[in-house]
Order: sequence, then C-alpha cells, then structure tokens
Amino acid sequence: MASDAGRPRQGRGGAQSRSEVRDVAGSYLAHHRKVARESALRLWHAPVASLMTWLVMGVALAMPVALLLLLGSLQGVSAGWESSARITTYLADDVSLEQAQRLRLEVGSRADVEGVELIDRDSALAEFRASSGLADALDYLDENPLPHTLLVTPPEVGRTAAAVEVLAAELEAMTGVARVQVDLGWLQRLNVLTQLLGRAVWVLALLLGGAVVLVIGNTIRLAIESRRDEILVAKLVGGTDAFVRRPFLYTGVWFGLGGGVVAWILLGLSLWWLSGPIERLATLYHSNFTLSGLPFDGALALLAMAMVLGWLGAWVAVKRHLDAIEPGVPAGS
Amino acid sequence: MIEFQQVTKRYGSDHTALKQVNFHLDRGELAFLTGHSGAGKSTLLKLIMLMERPSAGNVVVGGQVLNNMPRRQVPYIRRHIGVVFQNHQLLFDRTVFDNVALPLEVMGVPARDVGRRVRAALDKVGLLSKEKMNPMQLSGGEQQRVGIARAVVNKPPLLLADEPTGNLDPKLSADIMHLFEQFSQVGVTVLIASHDISLIHDMGRRTLTLEQGRLTGGMNHGL
Ligand SMILES: Nc1ncnc2c1ncn2[C@@H]1O[C@H](COP(=O)(O)OP(=O)(O)O)[C@@H](O)[C@H]1O
Ligand SMILES: [Mg+2]
Repeated sequence: MASDAGRPRQGRGGAQSRSEVRDVAGSYLAHHRKVARESALRLWHAPVASLMTWLVMGVALAMPVALLLLLGSLQGVSAGWESSARITTYLADDVSLEQAQRLRLEVGSRADVEGVELIDRDSALAEFRASSGLADALDYLDENPLPHTLLVTPPEVGRTAAAVEVLAAELEAMTGVARVQVDLGWLQRLNVLTQLLGRAVWVLALLLGGAVVLVIGNTIRLAIESRRDEILVAKLVGGTDAFVRRPFLYTGVWFGLGGGVVAWILLGLSLWWLSGPIERLATLYHSNFTLSGLPFDGALALLAMAMVLGWLGAWVAVKRHLDAIEPGVPAGS
Repeated sequence: MIEFQQVTKRYGSDHTALKQVNFHLDRGELAFLTGHSGAGKSTLLKLIMLMERPSAGNVVVGGQVLNNMPRRQVPYIRRHIGVVFQNHQLLFDRTVFDNVALPLEVMGVPARDVGRRVRAALDKVGLLSKEKMNPMQLSGGEQQRVGIARAVVNKPPLLLADEPTGNLDPKLSADIMHLFEQFSQVGVTVLIASHDISLIHDMGRRTLTLEQGRLTGGMNHGL
C-alpha cells in the first residue's frame, strides 16, 4: 500500500505511456463494439434474409441436439433397467436335486442376493421342449442334457454392474456350480444400439455443422461482394486485413447466435409437443423413460457452438474472397 | 521522399508499362506527372502505393525500399500516403464526415480525436458545413474535395493524386491545384498525375513526363 502511494510521483512518464496504451486499447475495444453493433444492425435491417439464414442454421443445429437429447434419455432407461439384471447359475451335471436345493438355500442366505429360484432339470427340459419347437429331436435323447439351474436376483438397492460382476464370480467359484451367466439380454442390445446411435448422431452433427459453415460462408461471400467498394477504400487508406475482416466475422457470429436461438426455440417447442404423448407411453409400459430437455448450460453451449460455427463460416468466406480484393485500377488509367 | 531507381514494370510477359524510370522527389516538393493516356502514369503511382510491384529496379519511399515489403506491412506504408483519384472513391452509404474519418478509424485513432481532426481536414477544403451530408448530394468539385480531405486527414507526409481534376471545369481544377500547393507549403510531398497540359503549364512546377513508359522530362530538379 505504502509503496503504491509513492509510485505516481516517481513514475510520471510511465503513467503517461500507460495511459497511451490504455487509449490505444480503449479505441481498439471501442472499434470492436462499433463493428459488432453495426454488423448486428445490418442483419436487423435485412430481416427476411437474416431470418432465412437463422432458420436454416436453427434446423441444422436442432437436429443433432435433439438426437443427443433422445440418446441421453435412452441411456437413462438402460441405467434404470440395469438393476433388473439376473444371474443364471448352471449347476454341474452330477449335482443332485437335493444338493441343488441346499445350494439354493446357501445362495439365498447371502446378503448380496435378494432372491433365488431353482429350476430343476426336468422342468427346464419341459420348458425348453415347449419353447424351442425341438420336441421331436429331444425325444431321441435318452437322457436329459440340461442341468439344474439357479436364477439369482441381486438386491434392488446399491446394485451396480460391478457388484453384479463380483457376485457372479463368487457364485461361479462355489462347488457344484458349472457356469454362471449374467443375463442382460435386451438391455445389452439396447446399449449397443445407443452406442451405434451415438456415433450416428456425431456423424450427423459433423455433417450438419459442415453444412452450417458452408451456408454462413456463402451468405458472407454475398455480403463481401456487396461491400466491395468499402473494402477497397479501407485497404487503400491502410486498413489491415484484420480491420476489413472484422465486420464480416462479427456478421458470421451474429448469424450463429441467431441460428442458435432458433435451434433452442425449436427444441423447446418439439419437446413441449412431444412430452404429453411420451409420458402416456411411458406410463403404459411402466417405464421410467422421460425425454429430458436442454438444460440451461447445455443451451448456452449450443449458442456458443453456433457462434463458433458462424465465425468459422465467415472465416472461410473471408479467407477465400476478401483477401483477394485488392485496390485495383484507379480511374484515369 | 520518393526515389525510383531503374524501375521497370511489365504487365504479363510482353507489355512494358514503365521502362527504367529514374527520378527523385524531395520532401515538400510538388511535381506533376504527365503523358498521354497509357503512358504509365497510374502505374507509377501504383508502385508507390504498393498496389503493384516493380518487375525490376527499386522503389524507395521515405527511405524504405518497397520491393520486398511483406504483404502484412503494406497497410502501414499506405497510412503514410494520401491518395486522391479522379473517381474519388467515396462511399455513398455514409456521410461526408464518416468518409473522411475512415483513415483515422483504420488507424485506431481514439473517437474524441477523430471529430477534431476530421473537421480540421474538412475546414481546409472548405466543406466544414457539409459534414453531415451524403457525398451524393455534393457537386463533382465538392466530392473531389471530400476525397482530398480524406487523403490528408491523417497528415501523411506524401500525397498522390491520379487525374484529380479529370472531370472538373478549369476554374474548379485550378482551385483543386491550389489546395495541393497549400499542402506542399506545409511540407507535404505532392505528386499529381494529369494530362491537363495547360493547367500544368500555368502552375509552373516541376513536371515529370512519361512517353510510352519512358521518363523523357523532369528527371532533374528545378525544371
Ligand atoms: N493491370 C494491368 N494489366 C495489364 N496492363 C495494364 C494494367 N494496368 C495498366 N496496363 C497497361 O499499362 C499501360 C500504362 O497504363 P497506365 O499506367 O494506366 O497509363 P496512364 O495512367 O498513363 O494512362 C497501358 O498500356 C495499360 O493498358
Ligand atoms: Mg491513369
């Protein structure tokens, strides 16, 4: 504090050059603000053209985000169903029914087991005969090839995939147990499906992102053409590339922001429209499925992403078309 | 201030617009550049503005050799050169004030200095009262003066003009020329390309004459 107070006296020159630096930085920022405002106003004054671009961008952005939301909801479903996993424990062939019943009690008394059902080999065969349609073929067998089976259900609470794995391993190690199968059935299929869908969504997002960049790039190219004179004069009086690019880059960012907002609105509307039927459907199937909306930070990320894409599109156009505009032939030649 | 050393400029492979041009222009000097249409006047000015690069020889401006100036540096060189064209290249989507302010904006001059400097430049060309108008509402002579105000607003040490009086009547042309004289009196180096022989004659200044790309008169000072 004391040394701070002494500073201004000893460093007047420094303070002055610092204020100059502040001046330059200030006018630089002021220029950014001015350009940002002017390019926003330009869009505002051509509402139809701007709206078209925003809508195209909005749709292109909303699609992958909608699929991502759906994907997130599906993953929620599979997380819920993971708890319904059952462990099928096949006993060894030489285990008698009596021994199987003892094993059932032993397994049933474990803390990490909720319930055990014993399916003896005769009823297993009967069920197989009924469900497989191989009844005739089975008649040729002179003895039942199926073992006794224990269906083990892990408890509802605190059940994780890892815990189920541990339990399965311990069951397999018991004497009299031949093989253990963790049956995730359709759940696994759903998981694979969501993974596949996940990849597809990212591919789609990439393609649509590219499309957005191209759309913005083309729009900015037209803007560059229509402001050719201005660009030439600015370059003639010593405008740097950064200076002449700036309005177009801001335009791209504003296009992006508008597109992001449109996407947000589209997502909100679709969700609102779908939420009723989905809830009814979920109730019918006793499912915990809910279609989750875009959380606030997700929406902000969407807007930021849209702005980045808009900027990128503008950058592509600017690199290709603006840098090529050089003060040409002055009159009188 | 400007020095050409054996400067040759070819367009394409066959057409030579300037052939081994040598001359030297002092600080604060006012000179004319004359010659028939197609003699290479505009080309010579474009070399100074870095709108074209010489095919051979050196162009030196303010002690800097421009030949291998990287593209990145070009804007900073141009900020030291004011240019006026026959078609004045004003922007009709903004006011006279904003047209003149453009070079300052490009340089990042703080807003509070811009107003003062733009008005000083407009005052010098006698258009202070028209700052809020659109250039389209002005006469040809007035538009040309806006162009001059824009060229001098950042006080460049060098002023180039390409046919600045091209489509003005003799009285207005003389006015414009006197404006250029005033700038040279305060130390600005001025080079004016024009094929208006009678006007140039009346001014009695050094005259560089181009004939089919060759400098045939005015190479030496004092004539
Ligand atoms: N960009 C260009 N490409 C090809 N030839 C050009 C170009 N600019 C000028 N020229 C040619 O160079 C010669 C000199 O042109 P210029 O310098 O404009 O003459 P002036 O200004 O004296 O009328 C002319 O023959 C013109 O056709
Ligand atoms: Mg010419």
